[in-house]
This record gives sequence, structure tokens and C-alpha cells, in this order.
Amino acid sequence: MAARRKLMVAAIFLLSLHGAILFAGFVAPQDPAVQNRDFPFVPPTRLHFVDAGGRIHLRPFVYPWVARRDGLYQYEESREHEYPLHLFVPGPRYLIAGCLAAHTHLFGVEWPAQLFLAGTDNYGRDQFSRILFGGQISLAAGLLATAISLFFGLFMGCVSGFYGKWMDESAMRLAELFLVLPWLYLLLAVRSFLPLHVSSTQTFLLLVAVIGTVGWARPARLIRGVVLSTKSRKYVLASRGFGASNAYILRRHVLPHTYGILLTQAALLVPQYVIAEVTLSFFGLGLSEPMPSWGSLLASLQQYNVLVSYWWMFAPAIALVLVTIGYLSVANAFEQQLQSDSI
Amino acid sequence: MRRLGYSVTLLLVCAVVGSASSAPRPAEPGEELQISDHPAGQYGGTLVVAQRSEPKTLNPVTAADAPSREVIGRLTADLIHINRSSQQTEPALAKLWTLSKDGRIFTIKLRHGLRFSDGQPFDADDVVFSFQLYLDDKINSPQRDLLVVGGKPIEVHKIDQYTVRFTLAQPYAAAQRIFDSLAMMPRHLLQNSYQQGKFTQAWTLTTSPAEMAGMGPFRVKQYVPGQKIVLERNPYYWKADRSHHRLPYLDQLTFLFVGNEDAQVIRFQAGETDIISRMSAESYALLSQQASSRGTELFDLGPSLEYNFLVFNLNDLSSKKLAGIAAKQAWFQDLKFRQAISAAIDRDAIVKLVYAGRGAALWGNVSPSNKFWVDQSLPHPPRSLEKARELLKAAGFSWRGDALLDPRGQAVEFSIIASSSNTQRTKMAVLIQDDLSKLGMNVHVAPLEFRDVVNRVFQTYDYEVSIMGLGGGDADPNPEMNVWLSSGGTHLWHLGEVKPATDWEAQIDQLMQKQMVTLKYKDRKHLYDQVQEIIAANVPYVFLATPDVMVGAKKSLANFKPAILDSNTLWNVDELYYWGPASSSGARP
Repeated sequence: MAARRKLMVAAIFLLSLHGAILFAGFVAPQDPAVQNRDFPFVPPTRLHFVDAGGRIHLRPFVYPWVARRDGLYQYEESREHEYPLHLFVPGPRYLIAGCLAAHTHLFGVEWPAQLFLAGTDNYGRDQFSRILFGGQISLAAGLLATAISLFFGLFMGCVSGFYGKWMDESAMRLAELFLVLPWLYLLLAVRSFLPLHVSSTQTFLLLVAVIGTVGWARPARLIRGVVLSTKSRKYVLASRGFGASNAYILRRHVLPHTYGILLTQAALLVPQYVIAEVTLSFFGLGLSEPMPSWGSLLASLQQYNVLVSYWWMFAPAIALVLVTIGYLSVANAFEQQLQSDSI
Repeated sequence: MRRLGYSVTLLLVCAVVGSASSAPRPAEPGEELQISDHPAGQYGGTLVVAQRSEPKTLNPVTAADAPSREVIGRLTADLIHINRSSQQTEPALAKLWTLSKDGRIFTIKLRHGLRFSDGQPFDADDVVFSFQLYLDDKINSPQRDLLVVGGKPIEVHKIDQYTVRFTLAQPYAAAQRIFDSLAMMPRHLLQNSYQQGKFTQAWTLTTSPAEMAGMGPFRVKQYVPGQKIVLERNPYYWKADRSHHRLPYLDQLTFLFVGNEDAQVIRFQAGETDIISRMSAESYALLSQQASSRGTELFDLGPSLEYNFLVFNLNDLSSKKLAGIAAKQAWFQDLKFRQAISAAIDRDAIVKLVYAGRGAALWGNVSPSNKFWVDQSLPHPPRSLEKARELLKAAGFSWRGDALLDPRGQAVEFSIIASSSNTQRTKMAVLIQDDLSKLGMNVHVAPLEFRDVVNRVFQTYDYEVSIMGLGGGDADPNPEMNVWLSSGGTHLWHLGEVKPATDWEAQIDQLMQKQMVTLKYKDRKHLYDQVQEIIAANVPYVFLATPDVMVGAKKSLANFKPAILDSNTLWNVDELYYWGPASSSGARP
């Protein structure tokens, strides 16, 4: 029962996170590519309830940042005027599902104040909006690559477990080969073969394809085990005795047993692949500017001065940690479920 | 117990031998030392500097990369030297020189009684031998170009043991400046390998220190691959201070190889290094926070002589299989297109966001800090997207929605390559991408490994637009010849031109050749101003910005006089010394 509740909590959390990222254009107060060149490395905008005069406001408001004369990229709040936070405000244009143009944003403040919930980067681009849009890339890469991996894993696992003999031998040896492949170096090698400017979509699909294809071996081995144990069960032997075809047995009796494994594997693989994409983008091998991904957002931390001076540049890492924890608790809950089922 | 005693004695012996060998020698009779006029200091201490990368070679004739040249510069000396602080020439190994009336014959008198760092004497034979090396086209020294005047190599003759005559094919402006940084090489060590045709393999990093010698303030003591190179005092160095103590003051000079600027900053912050050269404005801001409490001092010397620019690939691609790029050259060849890009770029934003305000925007190839040569009348048009759009419209471009179309209806799309290890140039590319997107150009930023960028720009021509940086060596226009002459090796936008591809390139050729043989500064300046104007009007490069030269050093280091010319901090390393009781740094491992 406790496991079920944990699963619910984790699932709701993941769903809302994915929802926010899916509708990044609506949730994000700013356009992720727009450079506010007067505001490089602005710290996160503070939400206030008490104004400079000591009055309490029920609606949170912000004071705009203004650059200080002394020091490099130093800002202070200008307390002359309060800008309250509003819901459903008009803002920069964005596309819903890639085609429908819209202007309404979930929240925002009135110009000239700007809302930088997670500060800005070197070019004055809003980190919060970039994290949301970057999440689209990173999560989509994780999910798609997982689907590819599981598809190949299921196929190879079924083939080798069900048909056995030389097919089993060759599939499993191939799987071992893939298991020992240093995937990061493989990805680096593949990326370096690409021409100078492949479009962002192409790079993305290629990344996903490579990450996904390399990772089929582990699920394949697990699924092979399940298929092996299922195929020798008495009811399977019985249905074979009644003349059931291989395809029928696979579909009716074998595949349903792999679902649990598939779900658990999916929950384990998604964060792993998200991290794979983040790693690649971190090394500058992912999508090119100005498209954000969590990896390219974190890449600025490679500069020592950014690392020690602007703590809000770590924000994408927090998003990454949350997603990973969310998926791993789901995987954990699935696993507990599986075990209690099998007992 | 006996063994312990024995090893202690051995250590002592080693210590005595070690220090005796590199202790400064007293001046010998007949030795013409150069007397420096800086405040006299005291002996002792080790200076530690961190370099981004390891030198590739210790061979002064073949070295082309900055890390090698930085180390070699401390190991060797030249005949006539450009004082990095005053930017004027001064006597070095040559005590004086005379120029014939027609400006073609240069007679140099060497100092008497000088010795290489291995104790062997230095004389005119070494000078003649050194020039033989620099001029040998089989060795192909990067300095060779400068020594070919009017199409003919300089002729070098020994008159007597201490006199050498140089004959130039035609008068050459500021001829004494070409001797700067031409290291004098020891004939007794290198003649054999040269005669066997193995000179280019001589003096690598792993060569034993006993087989190398130079006229510089230091000599090689130890090289640890991947970590450091340790130099020790040259006991025979030819300079002394006012009280006739032989320089240098420092016992040792250590170059650590740390990989990147961040590592340089961390080492300097931790007090492990004594000097930091050429840091970014961000590092400067970071280090200045605790500078005084850490006993360090930082200097912003103003804009450097380097210029960063956008270069369009206008190379002849007919022999290459690069049809995609060749198709885009129609845009790049259009002057209005290049002018539009120049007008659309927000240079102030580059200075502000890339150099954190510590730099200067550029509209020409000469930095504002090059006071002798910059053309003050060059226009500095502010950024204007309207003007850029007008120029594009006049060139037949049009818009569909937001996208810019060329006269044939093709969408304008290209990529800018930049070295990924140079974060400043990739940042410029991102800003330019955003600027040009406002004109409807679809620009991609492609950060590539530095060697890949160089290879594409110089060899394969497989790029569309690139961000590069040049200059910074000398303030004089002559080292710039290879950039602006249409036949020059760094004529990046169109390499290997047999004859000037355009009228204005022909005009630049003429003016540059003429300024080279004009001896009066005023006339030369007039010619070079014209060159700068032609370049600015025709935009072969879109000039962007130049960073300030920012350096730092421990306060305990005396006589520290950083300069905007290379090497910014170590040019007077022979005069540097530590205040107070012989330096804490001596105790460091």
C-alpha cells in the first residue's frame, strides 16, 4: 500500500513537471532565445510581499534589477515602483505544439520590470524559460531513446529467448559487445563525423538514435530471461500441444509477462538517457546555440568564474536531479510491485 | 648511521655543485656587459608562471606557437631588441649599428667577450650561422618572410670577429625592428646537425640541457613532460645592473603547463604562481575581489594590439569539391552584403558581454592603443539595423516573412566557425548570430577544435564564415604585410592569390610595398592610413573588438613592468626580483 502511495506521489510529480515542460511556451514568462543585453548574469528576481514602506501586499510583486556602477555584473533592486505578479498575461509570441501561435503566458509582470525566476545567463537570457525549453529537448531525447532501446531490447530478447540455439548465442554475444562499448566515446566519434551545420532537428534525431541503439543490450538480456522461463511453463507447453503457433504463444502468453520488466526498465533508462544527452550537450556536441538543452545550459559552468560567481547557473542541475529522482522512485515502486506480484 | 652520513654528504655535494654551476659569474675583463638602468635588486628565488599549454619545441628557428615562443624568448637573445615598454628599438647583443645613406646596408657591432649559456664564446660566426638557418628555405622558418626584402633574402657578411654587415635589396623602413626576437644560435652545438640536414629535429623538449645553449637570461634545467619546464639562471648572461651585478636576479624560472585559463586563475589565486598573463575580464574581476588580501596586484593595460574579426570565405574553390560553399560566395563577394553585416553587429555589446567592458570596439585593423599607427579619421558608424536592411535591399535581397532571401530567392543561411577552446570567440559568435537573425539571416554557430578551425581556414577552405584573431606582435605595420599583401600567407579571406583579385587589393599591395621602403615615419603613416581606409571601406574582414591586456603579479615581485606587446609580463624577467628576505617562493617544491 505504501509502495502504491509512493508511486502515486512520484507519478503526479513527474506528470506535472512534464506538463510544464511540454507547455513551456505558456509557462515560461520569456522567449528563451531573446538576449537582454543590458542584463547579463542578473540574479533571480525576488518575489516580495512587503514593500519598501513596510506595507503588506497579498499579491506578490517584484522590484526591477538595475545595474550598479561598481563591480562587474552587479545589480540592485530599484525600489521606486512595485510591479505585481499577474496571471494569464500577454507576452512574447510562442507556438503550441509547433504550429499554433499564442501570446498568453501563465504569469508575468508589467514592462519595464522583467521576471527572471532563475536569473539570466551571460547574454541576459532568462534561465527559467531556458530550463523549461531545454527540458523539452533533454526529456524528449530521454523518452525517445528509451523507446528505441526497449523496442530493440524486446525484439532481441524475445528472439533469443524464444527461438534459442544459434540465434540466442549470436544475439547474446552481440549484446555483450554492446554492453562493453564505451558509449560516450562512441557518441563523440559519431558526432565528429557529422558535417558542419546539420540542422538542430537532425542533430537531435541522431543523438537520440545513437543513444537509444547503444542501450538495447541490458533490457534484451532481462527480457530473454523472462521469455525463457515463461516458454517452459506448463500452460505454454499445453497451448503448444493444442497446436498454437509461435506467434500466438509469443503474443498471448509470453509478451504479457515482459510488461513489468519493460516498465521498470523504462523508468530506469529515461533518466539515464537524459543524463546521456546532458553529458553530450555539456561537451558542446548536442544542439547548437541558441537552442537550449540542460546540458548546454550547464556548459557555462565549465568557466571557473561562472562556477564561483553565479550560483543560479546551477539551476538546470536541480531540474535534472528532480527528474532523475522522480523516475527512479517510479522504477523503485514498480520493482516492489513486481516482487509482490511474483510472491 | 654511516649510510645516512654518506647520503647527507652526497646531498650537500649536489647542492654545492648545483648552485655553483648557475651562480652568476663575476664580469671578466674585456666583457662588454650591457648595464641596465632599473633599480638594483637582490639575488634569489624562483618565479613560477602557468602556461595554458606545453611548448611544442625549443628550437627558436622553427617555433611558431605562442607557448614555445614564450619559453624560447627567455632562453635566447637577439641583436637589436624592441623594448616592450617604450615600443622602441634598443641595443642588445649588438652594441651599436649604422645604416648606410641609401638605407640598404646595415653594419652591426657586437659586444665583445660574451658567452653562450654553456660558457662558449659568442661572435660574428654565430650571427652568420643563425641567419643562414633563418633564411634556409628547407627549414622554412616562420621568420623567413620578414627577412626577404624586395624579393631577395638579406645578405649577411662577417667583416671581423665582432662586425657583421647586412645588405638589403632595397631600403627597408624600420629595418632594425626585424632583428627583434631573432634568436642568436650557437654554431658550435648546431653546425653538425645542420650540415646533416637534421636541424629541424634539433632542440626538442626532450633534448638534454647540455646540448642546448642560448644568449638569454635563463637556460634549461629540467623538463617534466605534461607538467613543467624548469629554467635556471644563465651564469654568463650579458646584462648587469647599476651596481654591476650580473643579471638575472632570479635563480629559477618555472613554467607549469595547466591546460586552460581557469586553471591559471586557480593557481594564481592559490599563490602557486607569481604572475598571470593575458586573463579575461571575468578572471580579472574574480581575482580583484581578494587581490589586496592575497598580496597580489592586477593591471589593466588598456586595449591590446590584437584584432578579432569575422572573415568570409572568398577563396577560389574551383579546385575543391565545395559546391555548397561556392554557391554562398555570391553573397560574401557582394560588398553591400558585407557592409550590411558590419552595420548590423552590435560591437558595444561584444565589448560589454564578451570582454565585460574591458576592451575596445574595432572598425579597422589597428587597435586604438597603437598610437603611432592608428588612423584616427576612420569612421566609427554606430550599429544600425535600418542601414543594414537598406544595404541588403540595394543589393537585391528581399524578405519573405522574417527570412532574408537573396536575389535568386534562396534563403540566406550560413555557419560561423570559431575555436571552441576560446570561449570569447564563441560568445561573439552567439551575439552575432542573434544580431544577424534580426536581418532574417539564419546563422549557425559551429564551435570547433582550434586545430580544426585553422585547418579549414588555411588548408581545406571548408567553411563559410569564421571568427579569427590576429596581430598583437609588434606595433609596426611591417609584420602585417603577410595579412594585407594579396600574396601573403595570412591573407585569410582569399589565400594564394596569384595576382590581386580586386582593384582595391591591388591598391593595398602597392601601398603596403611602398610604405615598406619609405624611411620617413610621416610618409609611412600617410600610406598606412590609406591602407586602413581601403580596408575599412571594402570590409574583407568585419572587425569586432580587441580585449584589454590584463595581467597580475605578486606584490613582492619588484621591477614588474607589464606591457601590451608580447611577452606582456616576462619581457624584462632578467630584472625581476623579490622584495625582502629571499622570497618565500624559493621554498616551494
